[in-house]
Amino acid sequence: MPERVDVLLSLADDELILGWRNSEWTGIAPFLEEDVAFSSIAQNEIGHARALYELVARELGSDADAVAFDRAPEEYRCAPLVQARLVHDWAATIARHFLYETADSIRLDSLKAADDAELAGIAAKMDREEVYHRIHAEMWADRLRGEARFLEALDAQWRHALGVLDSEEQQRRLVERVRELGFEPRAAEPVERGLSDEFTPFWEEMTMVRRSAPAGARW
Amino acid sequence: MAGVWEVFRRERAGAAMQHAGSVAAPDERFAKIYAREQYGRRGESDALWLVPRDAVQEIDEFVDEFDLKYRRVDGYSIRERLREARELAGTSLREVPGETDA
Amino acid sequence: MDARTEEFVAHVQSGGLVESGDWMPDEYRNRLLKFIEMHANSELMGVLPERDWILRAPTLQRKLALTAKIQDEVGHAQLLYRVVEDLGKPREACLDDLVAGKSKFHNVFHYPTYTWGDVGVIAWLVDAAAIISQKALLKCSYAPYARIMRKICWEESFHILHGRDVILTLVTGTDTQRELVQEALYRWWEPLMMFHGNPIPADDDPMVHWRIKSQPNEDARQQFLEGYVPQVWELGLTLPDPKLRRRDDGVWEYTEPDWGKLMAVVSGNGPASAERIAFRRLSRAEVDWVARAVLAEAA
Repeated sequence: MPERVDVLLSLADDELILGWRNSEWTGIAPFLEEDVAFSSIAQNEIGHARALYELVARELGSDADAVAFDRAPEEYRCAPLVQARLVHDWAATIARHFLYETADSIRLDSLKAADDAELAGIAAKMDREEVYHRIHAEMWADRLRGEARFLEALDAQWRHALGVLDSEEQQRRLVERVRELGFEPRAAEPVERGLSDEFTPFWEEMTMVRRSAPAGARW
Repeated sequence: MAGVWEVFRRERAGAAMQHAGSVAAPDERFAKIYAREQYGRRGESDALWLVPRDAVQEIDEFVDEFDLKYRRVDGYSIRERLREARELAGTSLREVPGETDA
Repeated sequence: MDARTEEFVAHVQSGGLVESGDWMPDEYRNRLLKFIEMHANSELMGVLPERDWILRAPTLQRKLALTAKIQDEVGHAQLLYRVVEDLGKPREACLDDLVAGKSKFHNVFHYPTYTWGDVGVIAWLVDAAAIISQKALLKCSYAPYARIMRKICWEESFHILHGRDVILTLVTGTDTQRELVQEALYRWWEPLMMFHGNPIPADDDPMVHWRIKSQPNEDARQQFLEGYVPQVWELGLTLPDPKLRRRDDGVWEYTEPDWGKLMAVVSGNGPASAERIAFRRLSRAEVDWVARAVLAEAA
C-alpha cells in the first residue's frame, strides 16, 4: 500500500471512528445545548473523514463509501484512542476529546507543511474547522480540571493519545502543549496503532446494512 | 443551569436584528458556542448577538391620560374635512382611489 | 367564566396572541404547558429510535444527514423546553417526570426500529405527519410557541427531503432493498394512523377552544392521507388497510384505529416504551454530576 494512502487512511479512520464515538452522545449529552454542539463536532469529523476517503478513492480507483466501509476489519488504521466506547462517561469523553484535538492539531501542523499540496491543503482546511473543536475541548477541560474523575480519565488515556502521533518529536510537542494548557501528563509508553478486540464486532455492526446488498448497490 | 442568554439574529445583510430565542448555559463562553450552534449551524444567520437575560430591560408602561390623539394616526379625520371642502368648492364628490383617512 | 377570562377567550378566538408575560387563565396555562411539554418530550424521545442507525448508515452522506436530523430534534427539544420553562416549569422537572413515566410523548416514539427501511419510513412519513401538525401550530395563540414552530418547520423540511431520498433509492434498488421499505410500512402504518389523535369535533376540543390547536385531529389525518397515500401507491407499495380509499367527495375512509390502544401507548405501554424510558433515566443519572461540577466552577 502506497505510503500516502497509509497516512490518509490513518487520519481518515481516526476521524470516522471518533466522529461515530462522539455522535454516540446524540440525545444523551449532559445538557441539550451541549448535545447540539457536540453533534456538530461529530459531523465535522465525519466530513473530514469523507474528504480524506475521497482522496484515497481517487488513488485506488474506487469511491469514498467503498473505502470507508468495504475494507475488511483488519485493514483499518485507526488509533486505539478513538476506538473505545466511552458513553455514558462524560469525563472520559471530554478527556479523549481534549487529548485527541490537541494531538490532532500537532499532526495537522506537520501535514500542513507537507510537500504534497493536496494533502497540505486538506490538512489546512481541517485545521481551520478544528480551531472551534479546540476552543470547545479546552473550555470543557478548564471547567473539569477540578474533577478527580476527569484527571483520572486523562491519566488513563494519556498513553493512547501519544499513540495517535507518529514521531517522538510530535509526541514531545504534545507533552509541551498539554502542559501549557495546565495539565501534567505523566511519563508513559505510547500505545501503538492497532485494533482492539472490540473492533471487529463494531465493524460488523457498522457495515451490516451495507453488506445486506451486493457491492455497488445504491443506498 | 447558571443562566439564560437571549439570542438575536440577523437573517441577511441589511435586515434588522431580531430576537431568535434563548439558550441556557453555565457561563458566557458556553453560551456563545451554544448560540452559534442553535441559531447558526445551518448558515441561517448573518450575525448573532448574545445578551444575558438580566441585562434586558422591559418598558411596558405607556401613559396617555389626557388623550393626546395628535400623536396617533387615528387623531385626524381628514376624509370628513375634505368632503366639506369639496362641497364648498363645488368640485366632484367622487371617491379618489388611494385616499385614506389620514 | 369571569369577565377577564371571557375577554381572553374572545381575544384568542379572534386571532389575538399571548406573550409569556401576559395574564392568562389557569386552564389555558395548564393545557398549554402540558401540550408543549409533550411536544418537547416527543422530540427528545424521538431521538432514541433513530440514533442506533447512525453507526449502521450505509454511506457517509446518509450518516451525516441522519446525524443532522437527530441533532435538529435535540435542538427542537431545547427550544421547546425553554418555552415550557418560561411558562413556569423548569427543564429538570420536565425530565424528572419524563423518566418517572409521569408525562407523555407521541405514540410513534414508543415503537422499535428493526431495519434501514424503518429509518426511511420514519424520515418520510412520521416527519410528514408531524409537519402537518406543526404547520397548523404556526397559528397557535401562544406566540413564543408559534415562533418556534417557524424554525422547527424550516428544519423539518430537510428531514422530509432526506426521507424521500432514502425511500426512492431503496425502491429503485434490489428486491431486498425494496422489501425493506414495504415491510417497514406494514409495521408503521397503524402508529401513523393514530398519530394525529382520535377525532374530536372542533367545538368539543378544548385545545381548539383556546386556539392552542387550530386544526382538529381528523383534519390533520385527512391532510396526511391526502398528501401521502398517493405517494406510497405511486411507488407500487401497498398499505395494510383494505378499507383505505378516497371517496368521491375527497374524504379518505380507513379502518378505525383502536383509540384505547393509542391512549395506552402514549401513557408508556408501547412495545419500546419501558426500554426507552429506562435508557433515558440511566443516561440522565450518569451525567447528573456534570451540571453540578460545571455550575460549581461558574459560581
